[in-house]
Amino acid sequence: MSEHGHHKENFFSKYVFSLDHKMISKQFLITGMFMGVIAMVMSALFRIQLANPGESNPILSTFLGRWAEGGVMSPDIYLSLVTIHGTIMVFFVLTGGLSGTFANLLLPLQVGARDMASGFLNLLSYWFFFASCVVMIISLFVQSGPASAGWTIYPPLSAVPAAISGSGLGMTLWLVSMTLFIVSSLLGGLNYIVTVLNLRTEGMSMTRLPLTVWALLVTAILGVLSFPVLLSAALLLVFDRSFGTSFFLSDILVQGEVLSHAGGNPILFQHLFWFLGHPEVYIVLLPALGLTSEIIATCSRKPIFGYRAMIGSILAIAFLSFIVWGHHMFITGMNPFLGSVFVFTTLLIAIPSAIKVFNYIATLWRGNLQFTPAMLFSIGLVSTFITGGLTGLILGDSALDINVHDTYFVVAHFHIVMGLSAIFGMLAGVYHWFPRMYGRLMNLKLGYIHFWGTFICAYGTFFPMHFLGMAGLPRRYYSNTAFPMFDNLLDINEVVSFFAIAGALIQVIFFFNFFYSIFRGPESPKNPWKSNTLEWTAPVARIHGNWPGKIPSVHRWAYDYSKPGMDDDFVSQITPLKDGETEEH
Amino acid sequence: MIKVLIFLVTIVFIAQVVRIFEIGNIVSKTKNEISDKSNHINGIFLLIAGIGLIVFFLWQRAEWMDQTLPIAASEHGPIIDTLWDTTMGLIIIVFFLLTPMLFGIAFLFRGKEGKKASYITHNNRLEFFWTAIPAVVLLVLISYGLNVWGKIVNQDTSDAIVIEIYAKQFGWSARYAGEDNQLGRADVRFVGGKNELGVISESTKNTQIETLEKKIAKLQREIKNSINPAEIKLKSKRIETLIKKKKTLTTYFLTTSEEKLSAADDDIVTKELHLPVGKKVLFKFRSQDVIHSAYLPHFRVQMNCVPGTTTQFAFTPTITTEEMKKEVENELFEYVLLCNKICGNAHYNMQMKVVVETENEYETWLNTQKKIVNL
Repeated sequence: MSEHGHHKENFFSKYVFSLDHKMISKQFLITGMFMGVIAMVMSALFRIQLANPGESNPILSTFLGRWAEGGVMSPDIYLSLVTIHGTIMVFFVLTGGLSGTFANLLLPLQVGARDMASGFLNLLSYWFFFASCVVMIISLFVQSGPASAGWTIYPPLSAVPAAISGSGLGMTLWLVSMTLFIVSSLLGGLNYIVTVLNLRTEGMSMTRLPLTVWALLVTAILGVLSFPVLLSAALLLVFDRSFGTSFFLSDILVQGEVLSHAGGNPILFQHLFWFLGHPEVYIVLLPALGLTSEIIATCSRKPIFGYRAMIGSILAIAFLSFIVWGHHMFITGMNPFLGSVFVFTTLLIAIPSAIKVFNYIATLWRGNLQFTPAMLFSIGLVSTFITGGLTGLILGDSALDINVHDTYFVVAHFHIVMGLSAIFGMLAGVYHWFPRMYGRLMNLKLGYIHFWGTFICAYGTFFPMHFLGMAGLPRRYYSNTAFPMFDNLLDINEVVSFFAIAGALIQVIFFFNFFYSIFRGPESPKNPWKSNTLEWTAPVARIHGNWPGKIPSVHRWAYDYSKPGMDDDFVSQITPLKDGETEEH
Repeated sequence: MIKVLIFLVTIVFIAQVVRIFEIGNIVSKTKNEISDKSNHINGIFLLIAGIGLIVFFLWQRAEWMDQTLPIAASEHGPIIDTLWDTTMGLIIIVFFLLTPMLFGIAFLFRGKEGKKASYITHNNRLEFFWTAIPAVVLLVLISYGLNVWGKIVNQDTSDAIVIEIYAKQFGWSARYAGEDNQLGRADVRFVGGKNELGVISESTKNTQIETLEKKIAKLQREIKNSINPAEIKLKSKRIETLIKKKKTLTTYFLTTSEEKLSAADDDIVTKELHLPVGKKVLFKFRSQDVIHSAYLPHFRVQMNCVPGTTTQFAFTPTITTEEMKKEVENELFEYVLLCNKICGNAHYNMQMKVVVETENEYETWLNTQKKIVNL
């Protein structure tokens, strides 16, 4: 990996089966964006149904064909849409798309490595991801419909095709796709960990790493430790579905037929699923927080406040995330004492989260804030992290969870704290590192329009859902018309749907800006945001090995912005300490 | 195919619009640098956003708060609601503090040419305080929450009325334990005919075996009259499974004590849930197919129904349906039990009417329902 001669590259080795981490990161990003569009369109479709239950709409019949005869969506496809929307957003966009893009782009560049520890594993990681996307898309077109048991695929619903048509071939393909995805995630994760631990350049000690690297490293560790558990759950489910075992099934009578399964327990699946599922929340969130830390410091022209506390809270959140999974299961009949333990561990997570929020706000204090679109999205992230995180105090408290479990209150909570925060972080990352990826700048004004539109629509979509939840409206209801008690909630639903669809349309501005700027954007200077980190010291030209000649050594931490006694308001990590200058953080 | 064509034409059309109106040129000619002006404008927008979020929240509260759930109609409900109000109050205070603080600070320190930021790396004392304060608040909140949780889950249920809530795609049934207040054993393998819940009782014992024997006899007759070898093979196989089933049944009855078998006789199965006001009830939940969740929002009660196991929840209803109608000023108000775990395509319409009434009304209603022994 040390010295790279100049290879002759053809189209395939350069753009398709590339071993170069920068190209692989672009592949992850574009694939993630493509999947994101699919999931976003799905959400727009089911929002149409929820605002106009049972009414005919030509848009629905155009997209859904025989699943919306006469323009009226069928309950089956409604459940499929929410299931696949969730699956794609959580796994393909916010795990594969987010970690895949920024871990690949930033880890080697920010620690000072020529490439990932294993370029080939990295290539495999992308192509397994690609294959899993393809299988997931194929599953949308099977006769019996795509998987429809919710993204959490609780058996027996997901195991018994007689119970719901989506649990036939659609579910099989879902499981195949997820297995490929987990393989991709493990290959990627191991690679990221090894790269950070082994390939740091001279002088790059762990306490000089940018917080992006810390966040991505901890994310990779979380993934490597928790995804295998989901894999085992998926495999056991495959056995139950196809080979007659009874891990999760017992005493079931569906459509007049008693199944031969006996002795299994469906709750076991939930334990296995959430053992991944909860760390997964932080697999989605931590990279976004890492990117934000970097962007807020750079654009505030100020060191990140409490660097060591930030690392500490990342580690604390990661550790706690492994012992809180039971808060998804307070009302499954789990032993109430166990519930108490999970209440305790869950609410503790609020402490490191609060520390992070205070540190972000303190970083802004007495800064010289440069409002790039990336900076605006980062501030948006801190805001959604506050708003969404706070309602976690309610859902993490088992006594309160009794009444709002599985209602729209939960939908509001996790969309704001996990969905919006992670998407804002991802968009901030794209705006900030676009010059590093493509050597060009994205249009600033379009970025502003995109941010403000997205910010308003995001809050307009998810804030009112709290009130739906407090009215007792369960999630995953095809329509609220079956209960008189929900009749007057229709106006809230209309507000939500309006903002959801408007928010989806506004993303067109982003896609235009993104693809137009790749080809026509103004050329970027080498270090457009006057940043300290190593990736801006490497030439923009796409070369293997990142730096021509020797890899620079590092002499200071990443956050010497506006340091007194320096000429500029930034000091690159490769600048040696002056005489008498001390490194204090 | 036509859709693909339409899609391609749309793409080409958009590309042409971009070209003809020179959107690209407009985009690339706009100033593409952060300036004092752009910082100022975005700073003001951020300030407005901070205030706007608070206003938006207050507007929603004013507009929609009366559509949320009415007062709790159970004994433990007010305890939950007080915990809710306390937590929510805390959340709103923190939200009102942090949101304007975040956006206000962003506005206040918006960038200006030539301004220099302060070099502040950390402040141990400050960090200690904002770690310690949330920690203390959370510990209080945790102990308060666990105290309430304990009150709800550790109730004395020795004198509670036992009622089974039975879930299947897509409906609910209730089974009252009768005079002995003991539910008879039940098993999905016994579901059939009038025995919708698969209850195993003395009275169903003979009918169950008789039905099986009749079925076997009928199949045997059919085989005798048939000349189609495929049909004969199929039906003999069917007989085999039926005989196996009969065997299981017989062992079942042999291993179940008389006492338990007769416990089921006075059980009452209904399609509506009636509860006496002021009396503790102990719900036992069962499901025959997939996981359902029994959600009674007005009573602050929810518990999953899991196939293969029994779950439970005890509570005391405190407000009758009639009283609640007056409380919410709606003559049509009814309590309802709804399914709150995705369970199939009619999940959104899986419900059972719940009636809370005086003990006399309850007894009268219960006496009009049929006991299992009389089915």
